[in-house]
Formats: sequence, C-alpha cells, structure tokens
Amino acid sequence: MNNIINLNIWQMVAAYVFVVILLIIVKVRGISREKEILISTLRMTLQLILTGYILVYVFNNVNPIYTVLIIISMEIFAIFNIYKRVKVKISSRLKRIIAFSMASGTLSSLLYFILVVIHITPWYEPRYFIPIAGMLIGNSMTGISLGVSRLVDDMYSKKHLIESALMLGATPKMASKEIVDNVFDSAILPTINSMVGMGIVFLPGMMTGQILSGISPVTAIEYQIAIMLGILGSVALTVILFVQLGYRTFFNDQSQLIFDE
Amino acid sequence: MFSLNEVKYKNILNIKNLEIPNRKVTCIIGESGSGKTTLLRLLNKLITCDSGKILYNGKLLSTMDSIELRRKVVMLPQSPAIFKGSVKDNLLIGLKFSEKALVLDDKLSEVLNIVNLNKKLNENAEKLSGGEKQRLALGRIILIEPEVYLLDEPSSALDEETEQIIIKKLVEQSRLNDKTLIMVTHSKKVANDFADNIIEIKDGKVVNEEGC
Repeated sequence: MNNIINLNIWQMVAAYVFVVILLIIVKVRGISREKEILISTLRMTLQLILTGYILVYVFNNVNPIYTVLIIISMEIFAIFNIYKRVKVKISSRLKRIIAFSMASGTLSSLLYFILVVIHITPWYEPRYFIPIAGMLIGNSMTGISLGVSRLVDDMYSKKHLIESALMLGATPKMASKEIVDNVFDSAILPTINSMVGMGIVFLPGMMTGQILSGISPVTAIEYQIAIMLGILGSVALTVILFVQLGYRTFFNDQSQLIFDE
Repeated sequence: MFSLNEVKYKNILNIKNLEIPNRKVTCIIGESGSGKTTLLRLLNKLITCDSGKILYNGKLLSTMDSIELRRKVVMLPQSPAIFKGSVKDNLLIGLKFSEKALVLDDKLSEVLNIVNLNKKLNENAEKLSGGEKQRLALGRIILIEPEVYLLDEPSSALDEETEQIIIKKLVEQSRLNDKTLIMVTHSKKVANDFADNIIEIKDGKVVNEEGC
C-alpha cells in the first residue's frame, strides 16, 4: 500500500506524449492553437517545479511568516486573476469590493477550517495550511469571477427595471434584489453541481493525490468531504459578501443609479 | 408645489424659472429630445441637476431623502417595466416598494377597471401586449396613491380612443383625490382637453406656459 512509485525523468517525458498528440490534432485540423498549447504546457511545468521547490523549503523550515507570506501572495494572485478574467468593465469601487470579499471570505473560512474542523497544531503547519488555502481560494476565485460578470451584465441589461423600481420609491436593495439573488445563485451553482458528481463521475484531485501517496481511501474521503464542505462555505461566504456590497457600487448616496469610472 | 430656479442639467435642460402647482393637472409638451423626460426625472430625483434649485413644497430636493420623496412623487416611465409574475404581483409590487399596506383583490380589480384593463389578476403579466402593460403599470402607481403622479407619455402605446378614456379617468381620479398630476404628452389634444396648465419645452428651455 505504501510503495509509492517515484516517477523518473523518462516517465515524466513519456507523459508529455499527450501534449504531442494534442499538437498533432490541432495541426492536422488547422486549428491555430499550437502557440497557446506550448506556452501553457511550459508555464504549467515551470510553475509546478518552482512551487515544488518552494514547498520543499517551506515544509523543511516551518515558520509562520512563510505560511502567511504564501497565503498573502495567493490572495493577491487570485484577486488580480479575477480582474483579468472578467471581460466586463469594472469600476474601482467594485474592484475594492472584490478584493475585500475575497480576502475576508476566504481567510475566515480558512481559519475556521484549520482551527476548528481539522484542528492542526501549530496552526501554520504548511503541509496542511497551504494546499487547503489553495483549494478554498481557487474555488472562491472562480465563484466571484462568475458573480462579477453576471452582476455587471445584469445591472446594465436590467437598468430599466431597476430604475422603474426606484421611481416607485424602492430602496436600492429592493430594486436590486432579484439581480443579487440571481448572481449569488449562478456563482455557487458550479460548486453545488460538482458535489453531485463527486465520487461517482470523478475522483477529486486532492483525494486522488492522497490515495496515490498511499493513504487509505477512507481517510482520503474524510478529508475530501471536509474540504468540499469548506469550499462550499468559502465560496458562499465570499460571493454573498461580494454581491451584498457589490450592488451598492451601482448607486450613489442619493439612491440614484450610476455607472461610473 | 414644485419650484425650479436656474436649473441646469448637462446640455439637456436649462430652466430659468418654473412653478408647477399642487392639486392641478399639468401637461408638459414639446418635441422629442427637448428635455421633457429629463425634467420628470429631476422631479423624481432619479438624477440631480448640475446647478440651480428645485424645491418641493418649499423644501430643497437636494436635502430631501430620495426614497421618501419618490414615495410621495411617483414616476411612471415611458416604457413601463413589467416584473416577473402575475397581473396581481405587478400591481402589488408598487405598494411593496413604497412599503405601504397591501390591499385586497377587490381594490385591485377596481384599479384594473380605472385603467380599462380587462384581465384576470392571476394572468401572466409578461404575456400582455405593449398597451396592456402600459395600463397595468399605470394601475400600479394609482394604487400607491402618492401626492404627485409624474407620468411620462402614459398613453404612448394606446390608440386614440383608449387614450382619451384612460386619461379622462385618470384626471378625474386625480382631481377627486386632490392629487397633483404632471404628465408629459405628445398629444396637444390631450393637453388642451385635460390640463389646467400647459408647459411647452423646446431645446431644454421653457418656451411657453399657459394657465400657470
């Protein structure tokens, strides 16, 4: 059970055959994606190698400062990735809300998960802290990205409905309720859907990794269930913070609809 | 009453002095693009003027709470919004927005009668025709019973005959309940037949006032 197969360099090279197959397919079919495939394969390889060495160092030199620095850089990367991924124009006020929701939503879920659910000592143990943080932050980033696009789109396309409600004396909260609810729903739906297929349609990455590293599938499943619930909580918390604060950026203090900056 | 003094809004509106009396029917006429809708939006505080003063019953609009004002001075846009749900939901949503007590179905049917809309309360509002939607939205604001009705072309989707019937009922209703009615209309006939005052706007300026 605990005999882990260490991949040697030739076995790793053999795995790149899949990329070669993909390159041949796109070449034959005339789909001009070769450059993107090569760049993303290269980036994936270099980033993972670099991360591997950083993790080895951090695991061997356990220090709360390293853990905190890594979490901060993950958060910053995730926030800027949201700005980049969202195709619609976002105001600077909304950008600040995105950053605040991501940081406070993921960090509070993470601390609860680490301190209460798994109860790790010391709390900054990087072997647990970093991968769990990655999963919570990554999934919350996807949730908020979906939410931002939907919120901005709906506020523009349903401007007429919002204004009509304001004209009748509705508060901005009342006038945006339907939009806010829809945004929340669309942002958490992928997480809920992924829970439905879990264990049947696919074995999630973390669980697969643990099983491959020789841990009992039962233990791996316990962790997977806990982390899925943690992800659900983190996504829900970041998205609800985002929508509850985000819709307000479309109104000024006179309860007038504005599309600024 | 509304008093406007040296009111400017972008390049759209430039009003030196204008008074719109309470408990009267005022019609605002003028070509499209002349600034009529902008004027209504300013009175509803949906937008704020760049300079000048707007007073409602002696109080500066800029210092009044927007939500409170809009619950007294309700506006109906030219293409009225229909919300998801039934005719009943669409009538009641105005009361919900303005946080007023909901009413019984009898009252709702009475309002449908005022706006000449022969539809059942449980019908899907999104399936109504353009003219029917406009009348439903009109019914919605009648139900709120505000101090002032700001109506932007309330009959633009109606034929002339229905327009006359509905505006007549609306004006009667407004006079009966001592309400102020300020209505943008494309129809000079409507203005001449029903208005106590007529304000004509051209290129953002008041060019003519009758009866004020």
